Amino acid sequence: MATTTHADHRVASQLLRRPTWTKGLGSWLTTVDHKRLGILYILTSFTFMGAASIEAFIMRLQLMRPGQQLVSPDTFNQLFTMHGVTMVFLAIMPLAIGFANYFVPLQIGARDLAFPRLNSFGYWVYAMGGLMIYTSFFLGGAPDVGWVAYAPLTSLSANPGLGVDFYMFGLFISGIGTTATAMNLIVTIVNMRAPGMTFMRMPVFVWMMLVTSFMIIFAFPPLTIAFLQVILDRTFGTLFYVPAMGALPILWQHLFWIFGHPEVYIIILPAFGMISEMIPTFARKPLFGYPVMVLASILIAFMGFAVWTHHMFTTGLGPVVNTAFSLTSFIIGIPTGVKIFNWLGTLWGGSIRFTVSTLYCIAFLVTFTLGGITGIMVAMPTFDAQAHDTYFVVAHFHYVMGGGALLTFLGAVYYWFPKMTGKMLNEAVGKWAFAFVAVGFHMIFFPQHVAGLLGMPRRIQTYPAGIGLEIWNFMSTFGTFIMAVGLILVFGSVIYGLRKGRPAGNDPWDARTLEWATSSPPPYYNFDYQPVVNSIDAFWAEKYPESLHVERIDRSEGKKYEGSHGIHVPGQSWYPILASTAIIVGSYGLMYDNWVLAVISGFFFIFMIFGWAFEGVGGHHVHVEAEGHRA
Amino acid sequence: MWRALPVALIALLLSGCSLDGPQSTFSPAGPVAEEQLGLFMWTWYLSIPVMAIVGGVLVYVIVRYRRRRNDDTIPGQTHGNVLLEVAWTTIPVIIVILVAVPTVRSIFRLQSFVEATDSDVVVNVVGHQWWWSFEYPQHGFTTANELHVPVGAKIILHLDSADVLHAFWAPRLGGKVDLIPNQDNQLWLQADEEGVFYGQCAELCLGAHAYMRFRVIVESQEAYDAWVATHQQPEIMLVSSDPLVSQGRQLVATKGCIGCHTIDNYAEGVTVGQPSFPDLTNFGQRTSVGAGVLDATLENVAAWIADPQSIKPGNYMPTLWTENDPNRDAEAHAIAAYLLSLGAPDTVAGGSDRQLADAAGANMAAGGN
Repeated sequence: MATTTHADHRVASQLLRRPTWTKGLGSWLTTVDHKRLGILYILTSFTFMGAASIEAFIMRLQLMRPGQQLVSPDTFNQLFTMHGVTMVFLAIMPLAIGFANYFVPLQIGARDLAFPRLNSFGYWVYAMGGLMIYTSFFLGGAPDVGWVAYAPLTSLSANPGLGVDFYMFGLFISGIGTTATAMNLIVTIVNMRAPGMTFMRMPVFVWMMLVTSFMIIFAFPPLTIAFLQVILDRTFGTLFYVPAMGALPILWQHLFWIFGHPEVYIIILPAFGMISEMIPTFARKPLFGYPVMVLASILIAFMGFAVWTHHMFTTGLGPVVNTAFSLTSFIIGIPTGVKIFNWLGTLWGGSIRFTVSTLYCIAFLVTFTLGGITGIMVAMPTFDAQAHDTYFVVAHFHYVMGGGALLTFLGAVYYWFPKMTGKMLNEAVGKWAFAFVAVGFHMIFFPQHVAGLLGMPRRIQTYPAGIGLEIWNFMSTFGTFIMAVGLILVFGSVIYGLRKGRPAGNDPWDARTLEWATSSPPPYYNFDYQPVVNSIDAFWAEKYPESLHVERIDRSEGKKYEGSHGIHVPGQSWYPILASTAIIVGSYGLMYDNWVLAVISGFFFIFMIFGWAFEGVGGHHVHVEAEGHRA
Repeated sequence: MWRALPVALIALLLSGCSLDGPQSTFSPAGPVAEEQLGLFMWTWYLSIPVMAIVGGVLVYVIVRYRRRRNDDTIPGQTHGNVLLEVAWTTIPVIIVILVAVPTVRSIFRLQSFVEATDSDVVVNVVGHQWWWSFEYPQHGFTTANELHVPVGAKIILHLDSADVLHAFWAPRLGGKVDLIPNQDNQLWLQADEEGVFYGQCAELCLGAHAYMRFRVIVESQEAYDAWVATHQQPEIMLVSSDPLVSQGRQLVATKGCIGCHTIDNYAEGVTVGQPSFPDLTNFGQRTSVGAGVLDATLENVAAWIADPQSIKPGNYMPTLWTENDPNRDAEAHAIAAYLLSLGAPDTVAGGSDRQLADAAGANMAAGGN
């Protein structure tokens, strides 16, 4: 069906030959294919999510009854810190990036991301940075300062152990990867869309990833600076966050939250994108108010940078600051509300098919609305004085990030698994799993609202009997068992689906976007032909042009790949993974004051970057012989 | 676990969803907490129609527009409707305005900087890992872990920290404010009923954070004035008719308690202890030990002294005896008896000061469903 020709290999000074494995471990370590990297991202983030879930489970067992000593306060501090760090930085955000890696190029009809090796580098620094943080469990204790790591808790005097160093270095490094991937996505989306795919014809998921990527680029620098300050404090004895020398520790909170609040939208906007793919597909209708949805998201992203001190209403910033940031936080609720109504508008008048993904979408709408309502509540500074740092807030952000993002991502797994593997997941088992997950989720987190308002602060290892918290905590812990059953069912279902799933075909959901136009799983060069777009919902327009009142696409227009060169597929590369390794090893050197190791790693890193730069094009060209859409 | 479920559910029903409790924001005991609860209730009422609309529409579309078996018709490919978009942009705008107006008013009422007048009670609160120091600058003394205030007065707290961040939170009196090193934060509260109110640190401070509790004891102006007087001029106690108490007094010196803890009752003109440790002056008037962790009964105080780490893991108080020291319990009892006699009216441990601890217990029983 396809033949390949080798690209020009006459490249100056090749240090390491570009590998050409197509199978086996080496092919995965050196891959630059966005689909393989997407799969790696998704598997890695689900692995981290498993670890974070186990941490959460232990915490809930500890809190099941008052006054328990199942784990010590120190261990408990490590557990909730790692749970938060893992879920935010290593699980949910990379999961969205993983799906984006896989599906953004497919949805815009591109062959790959703009910078395949940078993509590989982004994945490896993320994965290794995350692993590095987890090694701290075996190297003297994980970070125990909460995922927000408020100064001066992170100062050497308050926290002499290495846990904080692991936090700072690990997140610093994975932040590099995230930023690189965000730039990659922006360049790809702006430059590599299929002919005819104007911005306002892009799938909404692509839009959301574009917006998210811009947010990442603006949000991560302040966080990186804050990390660097603490690293300098702890490694080189600077005094950014040493109160005894007159430091104002509030600075950390500003820098952290000017990243941290946009981060909430970095997590939720991809979920909005997935919802906006799934609901139209299963309602067989275009997204209601597409331009409004896009504009609302851009507004949310923009406003997301103007609400950060609503995390700091209790730090004594004064009534004027609190009023300003309270109002901006309320305003951000408006576009969010509009989005909910538009999703309902999409369902209205549709022909709704109740797949597992649909159920997760419905659960998202309910859960996210509840999370939005509590969001408005905690945006009131005077009420927030009661709710802040209590289980009310814990419940709120789990409704938004867990119920909003995570439930959506589970729905997305069911939606896109057939495309990624060519096999279907069992829908009946999926619905049972959904029931357990949804019921368990609300049983865990709804009582936490009450516990918080009854006076239960967050991040406490235990609570006394007799102040009315027992029943709510017991319910919450009980919910984890229910949700665990659901998640185990999902896991088992995925394993079964991989081995024995029914063949999916190219387009099992009668979907609307271009990823469904190619085979399942897609060939490594993505499309046999260059897709041409004349409408939103490009693939739907191709299938049912009359329903959208557009002309049927003539495939011969899209045969640009049949030129003399064919489809260029870049070669694999060792440099991204080696450069990432150098960064990690150097970080261990810095943490353990092993300057020799640090300097050697630094030079090795520079060397690898040079090798990368002069590696040359490599790769090969694919000539697809079959014409048009493959059956 | 599973067998406990029915019990738990029944307990839930019996509790009748009672949301009262000694630390519950639903049981405000002063104007600050009342206003904060009022804002919550207002948005809660506003959210009911929102949930009803979203939920109602969702149920309607699910029922009305579900795909029937073998139905392959393509629904109309509607792309949007400008009028609808305007309408459902307006709805959230109206809700936001309805929330924003009372919010802004309450921000300026509750969070503006307050100049203290003579009738206000000023307390300088310093958070330490993992206890509280309360200094009364108007009266010139310092106490620890229990804040006494007169009913109905405006309490102005200046919040500072000796180490990391903490947050002062007594939910029934009002919301929290953080204690941040090098930053003078202010919080004002007011209690309109007498009683013992629980509070605790709400900002992660490592170690024994979960056990960094405190109590606010709201009493009549007369009782408060008497309490202030006994702290301004603590009764010096050199000898006691109770031999246990006398032995305890010796032990706080020989065991090294006074190397850290200030006890102004200890001896005339002798300052013991350091300000960076909890002040034990007039400890006999306290209702709790270990920063609000246990009620201050003789047994509890003795247990605390004998093995503080088992009661409050991670705190900085050392165990003064080796594991197998046969004198451990007896000596801890003696020290407890001495401490509980300090400032207690009848100088007998377990005397009238116990009534406050009982009151705390009763308060708890009344509140905690």
